[in-house]
Amino acid sequence: MTLKNHISLSKVKKGNIVRIITLPDGLARTQLIRLGIVEGDLVKCLEHLPGGTIVIQKKRQEIALGSKLSHKIIVIIN
Amino acid sequence: MPTNEINHLEHHTHIEKSSNIFDSVSPKLVLVGNPNVGKSVFFNYLSGIYVDVSNFPGTTVEIAKGKYLQYELYDTPGIYGVSSFNDEERVARDIILEADIIINIIDGVHIERDLFLTQQLIDMGKRIVVVINFMDEIKKHHIKIDIEQLEKLLDVPITATTAIKKEGLKELEQLIDKARQGKQNKILHLKLHNMLNSVGSQAEALLVLEGDEITANKHGIKPLDQREPIYIDRRNRVNNIVNQVIEEASVRKHITSLIGRWSLNTLTGIPILLGVLYIAYLFIGKLVAQDIVGFTESYFGNELWETWIRSAVSDFITPTSFLGTVLIGEFGVLTMTVTYLLFLLFPLVFAFYITLSFLEDTGYLPRLATMVDRFINFLGLNGRAIIPMILGFGCVSAATITTRLLSSEREKTIATAILQFAIPCSAQLAVITALLMGAGFQALLIYVFVIVSVFIAIGTILNKILKGESTPLLIDLPPMRIPRMNNVLQKTSLRTFSFMKEATPWFFFGAAVIGTMEATGLLQVWQKALSPFTEHWLKLPPEATTAFVMGLVRRDFGAAGLYEIVMNPMQTVVALVTITLFVPCITSILIMYKERGLKTATIIWIGTWIGSFTIGGIVAQIIV
Repeated sequence: MTLKNHISLSKVKKGNIVRIITLPDGLARTQLIRLGIVEGDLVKCLEHLPGGTIVIQKKRQEIALGSKLSHKIIVIIN
Repeated sequence: MPTNEINHLEHHTHIEKSSNIFDSVSPKLVLVGNPNVGKSVFFNYLSGIYVDVSNFPGTTVEIAKGKYLQYELYDTPGIYGVSSFNDEERVARDIILEADIIINIIDGVHIERDLFLTQQLIDMGKRIVVVINFMDEIKKHHIKIDIEQLEKLLDVPITATTAIKKEGLKELEQLIDKARQGKQNKILHLKLHNMLNSVGSQAEALLVLEGDEITANKHGIKPLDQREPIYIDRRNRVNNIVNQVIEEASVRKHITSLIGRWSLNTLTGIPILLGVLYIAYLFIGKLVAQDIVGFTESYFGNELWETWIRSAVSDFITPTSFLGTVLIGEFGVLTMTVTYLLFLLFPLVFAFYITLSFLEDTGYLPRLATMVDRFINFLGLNGRAIIPMILGFGCVSAATITTRLLSSEREKTIATAILQFAIPCSAQLAVITALLMGAGFQALLIYVFVIVSVFIAIGTILNKILKGESTPLLIDLPPMRIPRMNNVLQKTSLRTFSFMKEATPWFFFGAAVIGTMEATGLLQVWQKALSPFTEHWLKLPPEATTAFVMGLVRRDFGAAGLYEIVMNPMQTVVALVTITLFVPCITSILIMYKERGLKTATIIWIGTWIGSFTIGGIVAQIIV
């Protein structure tokens, strides 16, 4: 796993499956853990809207993330 | 493995809160769950008809309270975990801390998400019963849940329901008395046990350990920063449990989930949005606001009620006297106010809440918020703000209340300002459309251009000058579901009732003020003072002043007043721009004061005065 494979979630294309490397600190992190998303998880990019709003899916759980947040989430494409 | 080996014998003392919502000595039975798990269906089933809805002290969060057997039954807002991140969580936390027995409802289709809260409640040492709801959908998704195994792993009684079809509810009633503390993480439990001296209860000890400031302050200690490790450990425990009890076949797509996908995508989402808006307009704007309210207001209100009360009061009080003007005059407390409340506001608010509750239950709103998120970011808001804005085109007052669902005060202020300035309500829209149609296409274009520019400008400017940053969108998209009408109706009547209960005193107050102004001649003074302004700066006929003052009482009154005045097309545009931006109706002002507080509301209110006349004037200087 090299660092150059690390991209921000806002750059991931619709349909890609990615592994989450880092979640931003703070409230968003807490909320994501509650919803079932932790670092190391595999998630699918269900929708990539213009401007970087991203919808991710893990099992039946779908979560929408605004662009400010998706920019701060680092992933690698699986 | 039995948990009682480290179970303590001493009683965890509760610190009774002084808030008046917990007034009884009966044991408290509390419904807790994530959003959209069908809690209200359980509440309605268990509570029967005697339900009391009130604002939780110090918040705008509404709490339903009822009676079930010997228990005091409480509903709580949907939460993903217990802490103090927003008003809903704070309210849920306070009620959970007071709970004797908790019924924890989980969505079987999202068991991985929901068990986090379950496990947290168990870690708090609360006596709980777990209900797995939506068994019908679980079958549809070909998911198998080993309930016996889950019962063993959590060590609490569990039952399965399809609440909406009333399946499994009787079995739940049998289980309530069997509620118990579940299996806790021993290391965590010992830590909490050691904190009992300074905190009082295991539940509060956990919150302090998880860094909950409010709970820590209550006991005069500093919050501990163990949230991250506790959360990660809990998440892992939950995932572990889920792996042992869930078996699922490959996921087949349903038509409802396809519609959910389509409404997210910009390409298909915009036509869906337009369709939804059109249907909502037909229902609220056309059927209720025009046809039904038109009938109830003029027939029941003006013709029956006002005629009767006028003649009844006239027997004792001269209609032209001071008291007569205030009570039964044009803005009378007994005439106009009663008509507005019962025959205009009540049907309108009911229509809004039924539409809102219906849309909420479908799961469409979070998807809409997602689709428009990026556009709304420029205004300093995140996607959620679309909901009050759309509602504003129906009724600005009702929409101002729904700004409660935004997460920060900053966002609430921006959304309220946009609503009060730039969004015409349905009543006004009807008149505006009619006048613009008469004034021609060019007039329409100028009007739309000015209003849209103001809309964007307000958001952009407030986003620049207000301190802080808006919260980015982070929402859980619930599954798309077909709403059950009886549930929608129940929710609607509760909301309508509590809205009416709160709005009514304000209405009487507002009417009394305007009535007094009329009776003392202050209203006419105001009209005179404004008229040079109207003629020279706005370049409008002097009669337009009356329309503006009338617009203060009700927006559509103002616009309707313009009907009578002869104006050229460009004057029409100026008048309509001014009246759209001008102070909204008295209800929305009062509600804004109630929701935003004295300072913010006053700034916005004065802002609409200055803004509307400045912009109207500039437009007048350019085009008339």
